[in-house]
Amino acid sequence: MHCSYVSLQGSDARMAMQEHIPITAAPLARLIEEFYKLPGIGPKSAQRLAYYLLRMPGAEARSLAQAILEVKERVVLCSSCQNVTESDPCRICSSLERERTVICVVEEPLDILAIERSGSYRGQYHVLHGAISPMDGIGPEDLKIAELLTRMRSGEVTEVILATNPNLEGEATSMYLSRLISPLGVRVTRLARGLPVGGDLEYADDVTLARALEGRQEMDG
Amino acid sequence: MPLSARLYKTEALILRQRKLGEADRILTLYTPTLGKIDAKAKGVRKTTTRLGGHLQPLNRVVVQMAQGHGADVVTGVETLDSFRHMREDLDLLSRGLYAAELTDRITPEHVHSFPTYRLLFDTLRRLDEGAGGDTALRFFEMRLLDQSGFRPELERCVGCSRELEPVDNFFAPVAGGSVCRGCVPGLAGRRALTPNGLKLLRLMQRGSYNDLARVKVPIDLADEVERHLRSYIITVLERDVNAAAFIERLRRDGARAAVEV
Repeated sequence: MHCSYVSLQGSDARMAMQEHIPITAAPLARLIEEFYKLPGIGPKSAQRLAYYLLRMPGAEARSLAQAILEVKERVVLCSSCQNVTESDPCRICSSLERERTVICVVEEPLDILAIERSGSYRGQYHVLHGAISPMDGIGPEDLKIAELLTRMRSGEVTEVILATNPNLEGEATSMYLSRLISPLGVRVTRLARGLPVGGDLEYADDVTLARALEGRQEMDG
Repeated sequence: MPLSARLYKTEALILRQRKLGEADRILTLYTPTLGKIDAKAKGVRKTTTRLGGHLQPLNRVVVQMAQGHGADVVTGVETLDSFRHMREDLDLLSRGLYAAELTDRITPEHVHSFPTYRLLFDTLRRLDEGAGGDTALRFFEMRLLDQSGFRPELERCVGCSRELEPVDNFFAPVAGGSVCRGCVPGLAGRRALTPNGLKLLRLMQRGSYNDLARVKVPIDLADEVERHLRSYIITVLERDVNAAAFIERLRRDGARAAVEV
């Protein structure tokens, strides 16, 4: 039984695993090891998930395995907006009902879901897959910026909405994009930054408050 | 131990942040009395966060912390300076990030150095005032090296200890500073050091910032001094500072835009 652990030796993560797992059947040990690689999953959670799967009906387990395979095989990046999609171009890019003159630039695919949930945007998207983070060595070349510029060249686009996160990396990314896109004669806008709904004024930091003041709006009658 | 977690308050400059779990961040803070410390900030990636806006990198803040098992946890925060002008100008911001990253890489944890805190704060303030971004950054590099125990030798030749003649000499990071012509053969990574380059480096090492800011530095001389300091820092850290690549990228883009116009 001991020799089944020889394969587990190597990386630090595996060494850590070795301390926590008692003698386990090799296929189960392997499954635990695979779960342990996932974000937010520690050794105990990995064990719990693996033992849960062990007791699961065969059909359900197969369906899960199939889903994992399918997501890797059938999901691709849309060649236009870089969103994850099953069909290329994606549904938003190929929709006839959506405006084609406005592109909303976001950091991650999940941001599209958030904006779509708001139900107040009818244009196109572009996913950067990250944000410029100079201290982590993530520069413009690591993002889908060249693809965005290619889309701009079609001449169809009249406005780009920068919807990167309102934190340091997101702001840096927006400033960089604005430098690149403004000279092309396209209107560049940034999502308003200000007070969150349901928040308390007294807890707002001064940058947020200053921006909220600058972006104040007329009340209708 | 009292029943409640021990609370304390400190001023801090926020050097950097890393994501942790679903909505948390680990911050690296530079404080005047505790040196460089890590702190956990919970829930700051949600839009309803009350702390998040205050805890952006490069902010000068007062934080209230609770001692935790691992990193201490931020329980309250107030911004003292957000350096807004620097933050909203990509060129200045990238230089501020460079200063923060260099501080993070060169200083050890839990070793306090008030001069280093003061130096970083002054540098961010100078960047925020927008005057002489690169001068402020070079001065910062030289003084930080000094305070961290990596002061480059610029008085004498590191080989023969003789005073340097006012001619072209060399700067060799691996040897720890300036080298005369006689000692240079066989030294790796050396670069030519002009008499003006040497003067400027010495001024950065010994003069005040105001002395330095008064000097009008031609571009080629600024380039030379930047290259010397950069290669010295890479030698000390045994790696590059990530933010430097972005500063260069912006410069290249700027130069290209100027050509196209």
